[in-house]
Amino acid sequence: MAVMTPAGDYRTTYREDMTIFPTLGSRVALWAGIALLCLAPLVLDRYLLHLLINIGFLGIAALGLNILVGFTGQISIGHAAFFGFGAFASAWLHDVLHVPVALAIPLAGLMTAMVGLVFGAPAARLKGLYLAIATLAAQFILEDFFARAQWFTGGVAGRVTEPFGLFGIAFDRDETYFYVVLAFVVVMFLGAANLMRTRDGRALVAVRDHYLSAEMMGINLAYYRTLSFGIASFYAGIGGALYAHYLLFVSVEAFNILFSIQFLGMVIIGGLGSVMGSLMGAAFMVLLPEVVQGLANLLAGSPIDRALRLGASISYLREMVIGAAIILFLMFEPDGLAHRWRLIKAYWKLYPYSH
Amino acid sequence: MELGFFLQLLLNGLIVGALYGVVAMSFVLIYKASQVVNFAQGEFLLVGAWVCWWLLTAWQLPFWAGFLVTLAFMTAFGVILQVVVLRPLIGEPVISVIMVTIGLSIFFQALMKWMFGVFAQPFPSIFAADQVRVLGLEVQSVYLLSLAISVAIMLGFWWFFTYSKHGLAMRATAFDQQVAASLGVSVPRVFAMSWAISAVVSAVAGVVVGVVNGVSSALSFYGIKVFPAVILGGLDSIVGAVLGGLIVGVLENVAQWLDAEVLNWGNMYQIAPFYALILILLIKPYGLFGTEAIERV
Repeated sequence: MAVMTPAGDYRTTYREDMTIFPTLGSRVALWAGIALLCLAPLVLDRYLLHLLINIGFLGIAALGLNILVGFTGQISIGHAAFFGFGAFASAWLHDVLHVPVALAIPLAGLMTAMVGLVFGAPAARLKGLYLAIATLAAQFILEDFFARAQWFTGGVAGRVTEPFGLFGIAFDRDETYFYVVLAFVVVMFLGAANLMRTRDGRALVAVRDHYLSAEMMGINLAYYRTLSFGIASFYAGIGGALYAHYLLFVSVEAFNILFSIQFLGMVIIGGLGSVMGSLMGAAFMVLLPEVVQGLANLLAGSPIDRALRLGASISYLREMVIGAAIILFLMFEPDGLAHRWRLIKAYWKLYPYSH
Repeated sequence: MELGFFLQLLLNGLIVGALYGVVAMSFVLIYKASQVVNFAQGEFLLVGAWVCWWLLTAWQLPFWAGFLVTLAFMTAFGVILQVVVLRPLIGEPVISVIMVTIGLSIFFQALMKWMFGVFAQPFPSIFAADQVRVLGLEVQSVYLLSLAISVAIMLGFWWFFTYSKHGLAMRATAFDQQVAASLGVSVPRVFAMSWAISAVVSAVAGVVVGVVNGVSSALSFYGIKVFPAVILGGLDSIVGAVLGGLIVGVLENVAQWLDAEVLNWGNMYQIAPFYALILILLIKPYGLFGTEAIERV
């Protein structure tokens, strides 16, 4: 039960039953949220915008991973490699083949989906931990490919690319690029929410819940496992392409296994099998290092700082906090932030009589 | 290619492969006993090697004392990890368990970097490092020592699982937890013990690598290299793990040679095992000696 509805079930058609935003409140909240975000560049300073943009493209990629892990029950430890492939593909399409950026981003998504399908071929047969290990191999093989394929990635020097442009307007500043990312986030998230109420989406969930029963009900396991891998790669590719045209430089080293683990962390912290959870998880993962940095700055110069060398080792501290966050969430809040958010909503809905 | 050079490659491969085999064995031990895929296996090597290094340099302990303290520490470390982190997750889906060990892995990797820095630190020299000629091949004596230790650990495993009471209890638990429990085996204790043994054995491998190459965060990569080895051998086979480790070790060296001579792709030493891994998963996912899971509805 993803969304709380008022007491009583007044739905009389399947159409009403399947709608994504069942109440007036949720529809208003959606439009108000988008409108508020549209105003964000006018109000927020550049640093906060930078964080929001990061949350946007990481959230798209995390959503892809959530479709794979949370909805289909497959696992991938190579998501950052696909994210990176999307980034390089978009930069390559634009710089070498001179495809306009606005077109290169979706095309990069498709290219990444193709690569995902190649590595997803084992996924048709494998599941659980075997797939985890296969994607681990994909991570290293793709990373090696990035370092070696000079024609595609620019080799160790990396690849410089140009900002997003549409109708002659260049979206080259945080204030303007924000809208590009926002548009992609809205489209991709609505797409995922819609996918989940189609035949294919329900098939994916059936594969997750009990794959043997799913197969007996006529769901082609190999097809849907591979499809889910392709969709996940597509989302990763779009996220990566947005990343490429934001930073305007793609380096070979960026897409390591730690980054892949961060994506898994986003999905777990946000909530497995929750569309909005992916965005929450991405926000958590982006804000967590900022909080660590803030705490370290707060302690700067104090004896604790000197004893523990906080300033010099802030990057290790961040990694440690990410690892600890993943462990603690799995132990104490395995359903993630999305679940906590539902509990909060339920609390207000039932306020005086919550039991 | 001349024969002597080929033999040298093979020997180097076997020496490294024996270490992979040891780590893979301790990985399989945890998997067999408690069905946990331990992505933090490499961190056992890392933590063990750093602790031993710290005891030897900061406290100036003699090697044997430092080594014993390290082993004691790793026993406690393994038990505490199992009891505090893994035990609450029994019965959770495989994704959660995998993710927890991944979380542990990055946590301890970062912790070790924070505490000891990122640069490789040499062990105080313990054994005179000189070249020994074996069958006409130049071998460093530390490498021979590492090979001897690996073989000793493997024999120890064999003895433990064939004759000792605890080893038999572990095999019984791996075979069927309920039956083992009804025969008086304490399953939680077996879980904790498997983690302790695995941590200790990996730490020995970590110290050996540290003595040979110096201690650095590169040690944790052994934990990743374990996957090609165990998939090749079969996830739940100890013999398979040893064999898989040896094959991966040889494969790495041969791939590196091929790369340098013919392909010129670069970095095949690291990547070749992963190509092999994908191939095995496509052809024979249960490996050479693994039990094939048969599903009935």
